[in-house]
Amino acid sequence: MNRFDYVRAGTVAEAVGAFGDGARFIAGGTNLIDLMKYEVEKPGRLIDITRLPLQGIEEHEGGLRLGALATNAKVAYDARVAERYPLLRNAILAGASAQLRNAATTGGNLLQRTRCYYFYDAGTPCNKREPGSGCPAIGGVNRIHAIFGASDQCIATHPSDMCIALAALEATVRVSGPDGERAIPFAEFHRLPGNAPEKDTTLKPGEIVVSVDLPERGFARNYTYLKLRDRLSYAFALVSVAAGLELDGDTITTARLALGGVAHKPWRNQEAEALLVGQPATRETFAKAADLIVAEAKPQSENGFKVELARRAIVRGLEQAAAGTPQSLSDKRIQ
Amino acid sequence: MLLDTSPPVSADTPIGITLTINGQRRELQVAPWTTLLDLLRERLDLTGTKKGCDHGQCGACTVLVNGTRVNACLTLAVMKDGAEITTVEGLASLGERKGSNALHPIQEAFIEHDAFQCGYCTPGQLCSAVGMMGEGHAHSRDEIREAMSGNICRCGAYTNIVDAIEDVMQHGAAR
Ligand SMILES: Cc1cc2nc3c(=O)[nH]c(=O)nc-3n(C[C@H](O)[C@H](O)[C@H](O)COP(=O)(O)OP(=O)(O)OC[C@H]3O[C@@H](n4cnc5c(N)ncnc54)[C@H](O)[C@@H]3O)c2cc1C
Ligand code: SF4
Ligand code: FES
Ligand code: FES
Repeated sequence: MNRFDYVRAGTVAEAVGAFGDGARFIAGGTNLIDLMKYEVEKPGRLIDITRLPLQGIEEHEGGLRLGALATNAKVAYDARVAERYPLLRNAILAGASAQLRNAATTGGNLLQRTRCYYFYDAGTPCNKREPGSGCPAIGGVNRIHAIFGASDQCIATHPSDMCIALAALEATVRVSGPDGERAIPFAEFHRLPGNAPEKDTTLKPGEIVVSVDLPERGFARNYTYLKLRDRLSYAFALVSVAAGLELDGDTITTARLALGGVAHKPWRNQEAEALLVGQPATRETFAKAADLIVAEAKPQSENGFKVELARRAIVRGLEQAAAGTPQSLSDKRIQ
Repeated sequence: MLLDTSPPVSADTPIGITLTINGQRRELQVAPWTTLLDLLRERLDLTGTKKGCDHGQCGACTVLVNGTRVNACLTLAVMKDGAEITTVEGLASLGERKGSNALHPIQEAFIEHDAFQCGYCTPGQLCSAVGMMGEGHAHSRDEIREAMSGNICRCGAYTNIVDAIEDVMQHGAAR
């Protein structure tokens, strides 16, 4: 790890004020310290934000406001989250390990970086780590990489589970920075790599996430988070599906669907969601939506399997949501 | 052990912190880049806590910080100023027969159920199990397995580890 100075912030203004070139905020540290050990991150200054008064979970405009420093465990086990946003709870609990979730925070989870092997290996080129150096994942080892929305500069994926649920729930990210506060719709928070793969999000330098706000609609009856991975726990998603439906009898009235492990951001397809609305909640309907989504897939040399995996996961996820039988967190059989 | 009197690791940027480690209050000078794991092992000679991967991927370094299980390898010591830390060396003092030299019930159960082979993952498994029981979210065998999945055992003692934990959850105080 490189040498750095350490500042402990007591207020958001102090944290923002302490920011400068080469500075990083640190929350749970579970991603940043890891990256520092690989010398992928070499901050000159760490601003410890864990003591900011942003740890609470509060009622907010019919929904909930999750403080940026609320840990992943705290959010997942909050009784209101379990009752009103079980999709979010399940997505969080599908990620990492209990130890990591005890440390990891809401804000840090949003800003965790890709698990692309080359990004982590400071001895290889990588456009995300060193703009302009190239992308060895293209044509290289890319089994875990994107099949949607990639560019010829970067094919990395966003690794979060929590964010996939937040995308489906259409949360809002509230940030505070040198120019004051603003609210960013979840779909606009993470970005596609395009020509600037070094930028994961639309957050500006020095801006700090202060909360994630959940709208009232929680899809608490018909939802699932289905995560497919190389081992059954403690592994990142190859493909995951967050699905939320509202039904009138057998007819779908609202549909939300976000995919993880397949793109540089939680992947949504509004056209497919629109296609579901007004249709009977049947396998045929779900297959049509899945076909529409995977029609856009552009697999890499080693991850062609993700296309069919995604198609099937979408159908199965929508079936689980429609039936009100979400994927179990402990019994790993896919129902 | 008494207060730490060793010189600061780095002359230019040591930071004074206070930690209560296994019930003992310690005033320490640490460089900000020191992980809690390295502080425990390299400076305080508490080598019960193990370093497996140093990257959050194995759970060998699991300790309790204010009663909550975390990976000490991904924790900076300075950030835990004021916290209470329990390592495997201090588990016995959390058991019911506190004060005697008796082991914590989970330690006894691990011996009884043969829940380890090489023992490298064991301190982490033990701290993790105590943390898990405190959290109170796991009840069934499947739930214990999932809740303990952050602790890898290369010897594959998993079945017996779950047996040991189940035993303590069912008969905890009676053991
Ligand atoms: C072995 C392992 C397995 C994992 N498996 C999974 C998994 O299966 N699924 C999954 O979703 N995740 C997984 N994770 C990732 C984990 O969820 C993240 O590391 C964690 O959520 C990051 O949160 P943190 O608070 O620790 O962030 P930190 O490490 O403290 O920070 C991460 C980044 O966010 C920035 N940051 C933090 N808070 C703020 C804020 N409020 N405002 C602005 N910037 C901020 C920091 O500057 C830093 O750049 C895994 C991690 C490990 C080590
Ligand atoms: S996919 Fe992105 S993160 Fe991975 S090597 Fe290419 S540029 Fe770097
Ligand atoms: S040493 Fe900390 S998780 Fe492996
Ligand atoms: S007992 Fe050897 S690694 Fe678990």
